[in-house]
Amino acid sequence: MTAKRIGSWAVFILAAVYFLLPLVGTLEFSLRARRGVYSLDAYRNVLGDPQFQQTLAYSLILSVATVVLGVLIVAPTAFWVRLKMPRLRPVVEFITLLPLVIPPIIIVFGYIRLFNTASILPLTGSSRGTDFLLAAGYATLSLPYMYRAIDTGLRAIDVRTLTEAAQSLGAGWVTVLARVILPNIAVAILSGAFLTFAIVIGEYVIAALLNRPAFGPYMVWMGSNRAYEPAALAVIAFGMTWASMAVIQFLARRTRFTKV
Amino acid sequence: MVSPFSVRLERTLSLWLGVLPFFVFALVFLILPTLHVVIGAFTRPDGSLTLANLSLLMSGPILAALGLSLRISLWTAFLGTIAGLMVAGAVVRGGLPPVLRDAVMTFSGVASNFAGVPLAFAFIATLGRLGLVTVLARDWFGINIYATGFNLTSFTGLTMAYLYFQIPLMVLIISPALDGLRGEWREAAESLGASGVQYWRMVALPVLWPSLLGAFALLFANAFGAVATAMALTGSALSILPIILFAQIRGDVLQDPHIGYAIAFAMIALTGGANVIYIWLRLRAERWQK
Amino acid sequence: MAFIDLTSLGKSFGPTTVVRDFDLALGMGEFVSLLGPSGCGKTTVLRMVAGFETPDSGDIRIEGQSQLRLRANQRQIGMVFQSYALFPNLTVAENVAFGLRVAKTAPAAIARRVEEMLDMVGLAALKARYPYQLSGGQQQRVALARAIAPRPRVLLLDEPLSALDAKIRVALRTEIRTIQRQLGITTLFVTHDQEEALSMSDRIVVMNGGRAEQIGTPVEIYNQPATRFVAGFIGTLNVIEGQVGRDGGAYLDCAGGRLPLPDGFGAQAGERLSVAVRPQSLRPVAVEGDGLRGIVRHVEFMGAFTRLHVACGAMTVLVDCFARDLAATVTVGGPIGLTVATDEVLRLSA
Repeated sequence: MTAKRIGSWAVFILAAVYFLLPLVGTLEFSLRARRGVYSLDAYRNVLGDPQFQQTLAYSLILSVATVVLGVLIVAPTAFWVRLKMPRLRPVVEFITLLPLVIPPIIIVFGYIRLFNTASILPLTGSSRGTDFLLAAGYATLSLPYMYRAIDTGLRAIDVRTLTEAAQSLGAGWVTVLARVILPNIAVAILSGAFLTFAIVIGEYVIAALLNRPAFGPYMVWMGSNRAYEPAALAVIAFGMTWASMAVIQFLARRTRFTKV
Repeated sequence: MVSPFSVRLERTLSLWLGVLPFFVFALVFLILPTLHVVIGAFTRPDGSLTLANLSLLMSGPILAALGLSLRISLWTAFLGTIAGLMVAGAVVRGGLPPVLRDAVMTFSGVASNFAGVPLAFAFIATLGRLGLVTVLARDWFGINIYATGFNLTSFTGLTMAYLYFQIPLMVLIISPALDGLRGEWREAAESLGASGVQYWRMVALPVLWPSLLGAFALLFANAFGAVATAMALTGSALSILPIILFAQIRGDVLQDPHIGYAIAFAMIALTGGANVIYIWLRLRAERWQK
Repeated sequence: MAFIDLTSLGKSFGPTTVVRDFDLALGMGEFVSLLGPSGCGKTTVLRMVAGFETPDSGDIRIEGQSQLRLRANQRQIGMVFQSYALFPNLTVAENVAFGLRVAKTAPAAIARRVEEMLDMVGLAALKARYPYQLSGGQQQRVALARAIAPRPRVLLLDEPLSALDAKIRVALRTEIRTIQRQLGITTLFVTHDQEEALSMSDRIVVMNGGRAEQIGTPVEIYNQPATRFVAGFIGTLNVIEGQVGRDGGAYLDCAGGRLPLPDGFGAQAGERLSVAVRPQSLRPVAVEGDGLRGIVRHVEFMGAFTRLHVACGAMTVLVDCFARDLAATVTVGGPIGLTVATDEVLRLSA
């Protein structure tokens, strides 16, 4: 019994060292920009860089657009499949899992060939169009997470019974969706949204190949041109991921309380 | 007067209208682009069918990249599976305080999404030539880790970086399976005279086996599709297959577009195959746990 | 010397004491039930015997040998769990063979024993199935066969029936007892279901708050409950409070009238007292003379009998009677008289 616990502690401590050292290392490195003393120079340089502000703002706006697009596509389908078309469930589930199977680089490769200026849908022809294509790509990447989050939310509230109860009380479809279903799965939608945000904000491959001024390509550019600023960027990116996860945890805990 | 037929038609139509946006979106932005790439791997520029593109994969540099990708993916999936299982085992059933379990799960959620560019920066800042660990090893212990042949932009370095998202992913995947090992199984085995080792050999491992293999497949696909970490960490020092494809799409290196299609097809086939195995094993694992 | 001796067992989990000062001796081949509400410590006693928990104090002896230093896998004790705990990766036959394989029994002997066990529980035809392909009742039969296969010295049953449907529960009850008698295996059975305990056991230990409240045969436990807790837990019960008649008479003055007390009840004249009367001990009669009186509030048809809720002053008394005893005069809202045979009035010590 004690031998087992000693072993567990050993594994845990080893893992903690492996996982915490890079974080400490990054933090320390990011403070080394001025010779001999620790300073916040790297952060000052990064935060003051107009490129940083522009690319981060671009990625933030894009991630909001992605979330909106993702929710609009996934939520009604998840609801409908649960309520009226359970036979479609395997198909929908399969499709939402595909982005885990197909590497993003393949999807964007397909985009570039399929939506080029010579095609019926020349999205890459204009920057607005490319922005939309990028959002669509991110929404595709987020499908597995979004669908699972929302479907879990729907399962937790027993959609069918709630809908029938609301209808028997005289509610129409709009009322059912707006007053009954949405408030009950808002938390699930939000946690899907923050997970999407965490994935999208620093994404590199799709943004780079579509040539958009997003945060991911900016980080890579910094990486090959500066010494200490990339560490500061990593700290900032990690902080943002951490914050999204904290929000998801908080939301998950809140659902646990509202569950019976 | 409304005919029953038109009512039924309206019903059916409104049913499908609800799921139409999803299917259209998936078709246009997921399925068609992928199909386009797959078909491109089997066609000539004039549209006729051919297998010649696939033979382009057999050329030296691409074959080498494919080999490197396979090696790094299999190796980090293997190490990640084992290390992740150990970490999950320690926090789920190792008798550690429950607080640690919550902390590890939350951290794993973050770290498994911490792939990509920032991860590479973190490792450069830690194990690069001026990184924290490198400097401390030199100043405190007089060890120059780079003199031992270590190099962050090498296979070893990339492995270490990949494990940073592989292990947490494994922890997240396998913890529910470990939770699924019911305490009564162990007690039943004990009361029937089995030792701890016998319990693991005859019950626990066979029950976990599909989940473990499945997790391995998922980790493999996860590493195989990753581009950004390797690119930001090693530049072009390590040509894994996705990096070659990236360069090809950018149009910097290879001239023949059909090589790109062929590489893409190889990647889909491998990650797709790995995931088919994963899903199949997953279904088997869940059938037991009813 | 008893076959199994549990002496002054005690066990605490952190600040809560779950078993205290627990003594029990089982004879060879005896079937003893531990009965009590959840949290009374019955399962903990069982798990200490099995070796899954270590007692803080006291001793567990089987055939005179202390078991405390033996680990669970050395004790040769068979256990059946509430949740069956069949190994999901093994077939029915492999599950039953598990203990024998671990003991390195020869393959031919294993095959024979497995066959024998599966015949015993009537599942020979399903031996190649996996647990998930079986019903709950079938799974529990397999679990029983698995526990018995290595010929354990003692069989422990931890609420084996409570996860099953009512009908299967009753059938399996008989089956378990028949097999136990056939094999003559000493058995400790944990349950919270008084009907199960009464119908299956040689003796019952009623537990409450980690202690044995009463140990006795089912008949003793039912007819002579030692404490109010036992009386209340075993079957439905009316507790009637009142004052023993002052004129030395053997009766109790209570809200509903007068209740005759048996001779030698040992009550002081004028003493305040609680007695217990089972619903089926009360008989409806015409309203006259001594006995209880009240107003019928509800009549519930229960199938085999009819239950009356009778308000006697502030107290409600339950009366169970067969249809033929039910006077035609019983109407909801009408008055009713109740009598009870004096020897069916139970004295409660606490």
